Amino acid sequence: MNILAELLAYACLVSGAFFVIVGAIGVIRMPEFYTRLHAASVTETLGSILVIAGLVLLAGFSLVSVKLLMVLLFILFTSCTAVHALAKAAIHGGLMPETDDDD
Amino acid sequence: MIITATTIAIVIAMAIALVRAYLGPTTYDRILAVNLFGTITVLFISMFGFMTGRPDFLDIALVYALINFIATIAVLKFFEYGDLSPGRTPEQERDI
Repeated sequence: MNILAELLAYACLVSGAFFVIVGAIGVIRMPEFYTRLHAASVTETLGSILVIAGLVLLAGFSLVSVKLLMVLLFILFTSCTAVHALAKAAIHGGLMPETDDDD
Repeated sequence: MIITATTIAIVIAMAIALVRAYLGPTTYDRILAVNLFGTITVLFISMFGFMTGRPDFLDIALVYALINFIATIAVLKFFEYGDLSPGRTPEQERDI
């Protein structure tokens, strides 16, 4: 049973790292601010879920995994709120998203 | 070994986020990059705690997640309203 948990944990860790890098590259490559918002929240939600799930599997049933789940819970709540507030502030600041009838 | 590989991948993602902070044309891009950097740092701290076998790093990661959120909201409030405490007009301030 322990080997299975460890394998699953390593799989979660690798895919989590993959999504963190994909999100970061997305923030670089996206053409416009609002598309970058989406790419950044890909990292913050999926990347952190997978990485912390891998760590929880490694940590097993203990206080460490409770702390890890607290960190994950908090990241999921705050990152979405922060990105939402960022989009509102950007629109309020006059940065309009490019629509296709701009040209 | 896998944990160190993941940590290195997370460090690369941090570098990429910093590149966007440097390049970002508008200030909102920079705020986004700093926010993303903060979140990735939380993951890095928890990974590093696991790498060195010290579970008390997770408290630091939790505090860092808290501070990162509050900092982003404070900077946004400053940029949106031009002031952190826009509520008081000059007359009200003289009443104290």
